[in-house]
Amino acid sequence: LPVWFSINADYFFLQFTIPIDNGDSVKTAEADSQRTLYPYVTGTSIVAIKYKDGVLMASDMGGSYGSTLRYKNIERMKAIGKHSLLGASGEISDFQEILRYLDELVLNDNMWDDGNSLGPKEVHNYLTRVMYNRRNKFNPLWNTLVLGGVKNGESYLGMVSMIGVSFEDNHVATGFGNHLARPILRDEWHADLSFEDGVKLLEKCMRVLLYRDRSAINKLQIAKITEEGVTVSQPYSLKTFWEFKAFNNPTAGAEGSW
Amino acid sequence: MFRNQYDTDVTTWSPTGRLFQVEYAMEAVKQGSAAIGLRSRSHVVLACVNKAQSELSSHQKKIFKVDDHIGVAIAGLTADGRVLSRYMRSEAINHSFTYESPLPVGRLVVHLADKAQVCTQRSWKRPYGVGLLVGGLDESGAHLYYNCPSGNYFEYQAFAIGSRSQAAKTYLERRFESFADSSREDLIKDAILAVRETLQGETLKSSLCTVSVLGVGEPFHFLDQETIQNVIDTFEKVADEEEGEGEAEPAAPAEEGGDGTGDQDVAPMET
Repeated sequence: LPVWFSINADYFFLQFTIPIDNGDSVKTAEADSQRTLYPYVTGTSIVAIKYKDGVLMASDMGGSYGSTLRYKNIERMKAIGKHSLLGASGEISDFQEILRYLDELVLNDNMWDDGNSLGPKEVHNYLTRVMYNRRNKFNPLWNTLVLGGVKNGESYLGMVSMIGVSFEDNHVATGFGNHLARPILRDEWHADLSFEDGVKLLEKCMRVLLYRDRSAINKLQIAKITEEGVTVSQPYSLKTFWEFKAFNNPTAGAEGSW
Repeated sequence: MFRNQYDTDVTTWSPTGRLFQVEYAMEAVKQGSAAIGLRSRSHVVLACVNKAQSELSSHQKKIFKVDDHIGVAIAGLTADGRVLSRYMRSEAINHSFTYESPLPVGRLVVHLADKAQVCTQRSWKRPYGVGLLVGGLDESGAHLYYNCPSGNYFEYQAFAIGSRSQAAKTYLERRFESFADSSREDLIKDAILAVRETLQGETLKSSLCTVSVLGVGEPFHFLDQETIQNVIDTFEKVADEEEGEGEAEPAAPAEEGGDGTGDQDVAPMET
């Protein structure tokens, strides 16, 4: 986007003197304050896998404000209804908005009181519709969502992006997780992982992300969803190792650099 | 029922607390040709009598597929029935699109009932003149509902509506306790036998009735004429004009006990 777009609203109002209201929020400058242009407070990766009893999901508790790690106690995974767990990366305020939509959805579902309930598949598809429709209006919810759950013994794990791309898989990750965690999962994931093995696998992924993703912090939660319900662990930190020989004298091979 | 001074508008109560226009709408249901529904734990069968205006015309469609897992049979003003079927299809497909999951039939009938209720409380509308037997699946299995022009709905193990439905209901009342655990084949047979009850003296032929089935793992579909005729042949003596109470074939398995004597006791076909 050209630099002058973000400065001096007056100048820029002069450029768009005929605000055409045809419902398309792209056309007018004033309308830009009505839609999401950039994310501000963001969460980094989510990593999730299916295991023997259901789904395991991991995320850290950081909320970045650009390059500043501003918030360190943000829960980016929440239970939805009885059968689902939602994790989000991207804009935190949009995640909170999504939670409000889902709250209403679950409430109406419960009000029926008829023995039918929304499962993870239904929630995933509802979210896909919401995200895609927002994208079509050029006003996205700036998140990548991970939806996991168990219903009637069947595990479900899926993902929706801010442009409405949606799919299911045995293991998913968002953001940096796609580049750093998924290769590990492709090699080491297998069906019917025990809880302990699943957690170990997730911790391995989260450790790599901690080393290599600048917006990751060493305070993470692991959430588990099974037929019985959702549990989100207390926050804890991973042990890290920095005594690699190459870190001791990093410029040994390139004098003058830092 | 007789005409009275409170029956002109649907928005006028009678002193005894009745809405006559709604009751008249329910009379319209009784004029239509019969429709029958029965269900087991896993299947629902809807059957109806094919009545044509004249020998020259074809018969009206009375059973509609709403979705793979929901079907509806109507009796009364067929035009109203068609419009409501379109509404039901729309609700089902919208839910399916948003949630990628079949709309539970119990929720659909509530939407339908609420729609019918609106017409009982607007001075510029009239109640729908059609009764609907809605059969479908949800998480707890197979269900059969009856939706009334009044906006009420009820769940049934088996039910019949339309003209001469009382004969079918009598037949069903005797057998309904066994329906929950019935096999699919027995359920179909009972549906066709119930249809037979509504025919006054006419020999039951497959061309006279339409039968549809849906169940767990079985999407809604109509049975073809041949299949229906085969079922009829198991109990009806062909080319026989006496009201032969055809005995169930002794070879037929899983038959409820007392079948033979039960049929002997059926009241004559007039209602």
